[in-house]
Amino acid sequence: MLKSKDKIFTNIYGFKSNDFSSSFKRGDWDNTKKILFLGHDKIIEKVKASGLRGRGGAGFPTGLKWSFMPKIVQERPHYLVVNADESEPGTCKDRDIIRNEPHKLLEGCLIAGFAMRAHVCYIYIRGEFFNESQILQNAIDEAYENKMIGKNSAKSGWQFDIFLHRGAGAYICGEETALLESLEGKKGQPRLKPPFPAGVGLYGCPTTVNNVESIAVIPTILKRGENWFSKLGNDNNTGTKLFCISGHVNTPCNVEEEMGISLRDLIDIHAGGVVGGWDNLLAVIPGGSSTPLIPKNICDNILMDFDNLKSVGTGLGTAGVIVMNKSTDLLEAITRLSYFYKHESCGQCTPCREGTGWMWRIMRKISSGSASSKDINNLLDLTKQIEGHTICALGDAAAWPIQGLFKHFRSEIEEKLNKNKIAAE
Amino acid sequence: MIKLMINEIEVEIPEGVTVLQACEIAGVEIPRFCYHERLSVAGNCRMCLVEMENSPKPIASCAMPASSGMIIKTNTELVEKARKGVMEFLLINHPLDCPICDQGGECDLQDQAMFFGKGFSRFEDLKRAVPDKNMGPLIKTTMTRCIHCTRCVRFANEVAGVDNLGAVGRGENVEISTYLEKTISSELSGNLVDLCPVGALTSKPYAFAARPWELEKTETIDALDSTGSNIRIDSRDGKVLRVLPRLNEYINEEWISDKTRFGIDGLSKQRLDNPLLRVNGKLKSTSWENAFNFIKHNINGLSSKQFGAVIGDQVDTETIYSLKKMFEKIGSDKISLSQYDHKFFKGNRSNYLFNSTIAGIDKTDVILLVGSNPKIVAPIVNARIRRNYLQRDIEIASIGSYKNNLTYDYKYLGSNINILNDLLNGSNNFIETLQNSDFPMIIIGDEVFDLDESENVQFMCIELLKKLNAFRSDWNGYNILNNTASIVGSLDILNEYTGITHNQILDQCKENKLKFLYLLGVDEVDYDYLDAFIVYQGHHGDKGAHKANVILPGSAYTEKSGIFLNLEGRLQICERAVFPPGNSREDWAIIRALSEVIGKKINFDTLEELRKKMFDEYPKIQSFKQESFNPIPKKGVLKNCSSYNLLSFKKNFYMTCPITRCSNTMAECSKFA
Repeated sequence: MLKSKDKIFTNIYGFKSNDFSSSFKRGDWDNTKKILFLGHDKIIEKVKASGLRGRGGAGFPTGLKWSFMPKIVQERPHYLVVNADESEPGTCKDRDIIRNEPHKLLEGCLIAGFAMRAHVCYIYIRGEFFNESQILQNAIDEAYENKMIGKNSAKSGWQFDIFLHRGAGAYICGEETALLESLEGKKGQPRLKPPFPAGVGLYGCPTTVNNVESIAVIPTILKRGENWFSKLGNDNNTGTKLFCISGHVNTPCNVEEEMGISLRDLIDIHAGGVVGGWDNLLAVIPGGSSTPLIPKNICDNILMDFDNLKSVGTGLGTAGVIVMNKSTDLLEAITRLSYFYKHESCGQCTPCREGTGWMWRIMRKISSGSASSKDINNLLDLTKQIEGHTICALGDAAAWPIQGLFKHFRSEIEEKLNKNKIAAE
Repeated sequence: MIKLMINEIEVEIPEGVTVLQACEIAGVEIPRFCYHERLSVAGNCRMCLVEMENSPKPIASCAMPASSGMIIKTNTELVEKARKGVMEFLLINHPLDCPICDQGGECDLQDQAMFFGKGFSRFEDLKRAVPDKNMGPLIKTTMTRCIHCTRCVRFANEVAGVDNLGAVGRGENVEISTYLEKTISSELSGNLVDLCPVGALTSKPYAFAARPWELEKTETIDALDSTGSNIRIDSRDGKVLRVLPRLNEYINEEWISDKTRFGIDGLSKQRLDNPLLRVNGKLKSTSWENAFNFIKHNINGLSSKQFGAVIGDQVDTETIYSLKKMFEKIGSDKISLSQYDHKFFKGNRSNYLFNSTIAGIDKTDVILLVGSNPKIVAPIVNARIRRNYLQRDIEIASIGSYKNNLTYDYKYLGSNINILNDLLNGSNNFIETLQNSDFPMIIIGDEVFDLDESENVQFMCIELLKKLNAFRSDWNGYNILNNTASIVGSLDILNEYTGITHNQILDQCKENKLKFLYLLGVDEVDYDYLDAFIVYQGHHGDKGAHKANVILPGSAYTEKSGIFLNLEGRLQICERAVFPPGNSREDWAIIRALSEVIGKKINFDTLEELRKKMFDEYPKIQSFKQESFNPIPKKGVLKNCSSYNLLSFKKNFYMTCPITRCSNTMAECSKFA
């Protein structure tokens, strides 16, 4: 269990104020100049050494991502874009960071922007986060007032501006290239890669898009040292992570924990245990709605980090842990997720546009009990036809929950369908 | 050149191409819907997925730049599965209405479903239905068939330069729409029909007219404007049913204008199909023999100076040559080059040609438009300017009556021709842009041709280009944007033979100096008040036929083989797609027959003989070569232009000749324009 001295987000529950002075007392904006004076490349090196992996879902090493930015600024300026379009069902960590620790994020923006030689940072915040956008805008104004950002950011001589942009409520705009399109004022549809944003990003300029949490942990990592961070957690899965635990637990919560904590500990210690006891657990979606669920027998001793979860066919994703006990109709639950992906598909590429709706319809048929195992075979075949064939990962995200469901619960579902059939006859 | 492996065969390809293009070079066919050579890459249909070594997922070959050492496979199980999968997705919501779909038989989806599809469907739900959209008089929509490839959206935005089209909605509910049911306000909108890989956008005038395999196809060229677009005419039972573009990189690439494509329904209306005589003020049908004898009778006793002729807008070069030969025998040189009072210089060809060539627009860096509106006169040329504006960011400026929408941004210098003086003496700062240019172009258009000071404006442009060193062995920046199909041929054949202008012809008729007037397809001018004996030869009962004493029915450009020289001076031959109606004849043959009756026989009997004689006499009309530039236009005397505003030249793009004036489709378009 993470010691409280190792916690990065000391005000994640909002017990203290989120304004500049109290944030400053908690250590934000403390000697930021000293970090900047390390130099662009040294900062990137340190972030690399800390082993920080992107907190937005894919888990790509943050330092490595930063190092893809050109080392010299040529005609085109560099941009930092912060992805605060947190819409993954089951996830609410960025929201709480913005609510209660906005200055951690802003300080991180300055450091990250400086490291990548960007003078401008855009924060793309989810449109529904209205209150949060006001809090964040207040914090930005405070940072300008206290000369932490602006012409001479934190007295480092580096000009740095932060702009807040509110989205309009599309899940797909959380995909980094769709976010860039939306930020440019176009329809939020993902771009083809390559070229990657580090080469051709916002307005055609080198751009890095990072998750709120990835950016917000940067100042603390650099202040306390990359070694401190890399010693937490497991190899290749270092540091701490905000977990969002929801569903059938007694005390749903956001909690910062060490990477690699066991799922059982996470639920029992922080979320007050599963409703009805651990034995009443049916399945857990470990990383936000896109990750395949895992049944109780895997939950018993799985560790919560990128690699361990990958080895059981799921992923850490955004660490939005959705707990489902035996009162859950899994079919209904996954059907609802299918509907979500059908609703949020941007409609650009064929497999996702046509496939998400088709999958949802078959799921609906199965959950109403009128399907046969032929339908299940077709459905699984469809998920394979979508997965990996689309422009962005939304197609994959729509396919995985279904694959996870049938991987672990197919026999139960078929049994139920057979019973229905016999009853009908 | 880089090397990569495609299906275990090593291929060498130029740098900067995509994997899809590399596969094409290697002779491997990649199915695709959204990809189009001339549009930006969308990568959304996912039909072109191929396997690349070291990539966990199949890649979209249309969007992936080919690089050295890539190993691409297109014949694996993975690729086949991906194609079948995408095909299945495309078909689940596509209606099974091929038997009543106009795209049937030439449908990409149909063809590729045959090749790459599964042959059966697993989809058991109801198909999606999408309300049709009203896109104006040219485009018929059946949106349920749409596969959302967005070719149409990209064409409208990128080539046509109108933002009328877009995709609204999300996921399955995406609909291609003009949003407010607006007509697509572009002269190139018909190309959407060709671009659409399915039957979602089809031609409204051609709806349910024929099946592609029933049509007789004739490769020919267009004569409705001066561009000389390469087209294919599809006809059945002697009727032209549709016009499609033919690829010509130097002229129209693969687009044609709406007039070229849809003006053809005018070909079957108001046609002159029998020789007619005016007796007691009424027209009476007669035989060719009678008509010729009637002319012979009426010209009896006229002196050679009393003969005049005017050349119309769509006359092929052979006919102009025949007329000239007949007038030579008669002894008159009073042939007007055109029915307008355009003032062109005599002398070498570069005085009246689009010397930089249309393809030269791909090379230029600065364009100065002087009194020209290429969007109306030559939409195809305009599309190329726009492409270069988008891709190479070329500078464009205009001196003209007012600031038109040309689908690209340009610097409007004003309407006063005095600006040319300012440019010459350096007091207008656009001269700096011109001076920094390696390949400057000046395009002179309609608003200049009729001016009293027209010749002076042309001199000034020549002088300006000389100052910019724009007459070199590798570049000639002087361009005249001619507006009719026959004008270059007419100038080539006649400009050294005759000196009379159209206004002078009219004056001499009024003064009774001209008593016989031969109108060759002249339909834009009113001759009602003239007393001369008028012979009209042409294909439509329009203005020219109105006053004529004798009407000789000729053929339209779809009904004869004839040479047209486009605005660059490029020789192209149009071919007969259908026969002219009734007793109409080919135009050169009419003049040949008439010349014999009136005792001024011209000495050729076949079209081949005529062409041989014409080429011998005018070798220059065959001399066009891409990239060989014409000499410096002849210099005149430079005067200072007086302060003079260019006047607006309002022209309805859709109705410029008797054919298009008879066309219902063009009338509909004019209503919306």
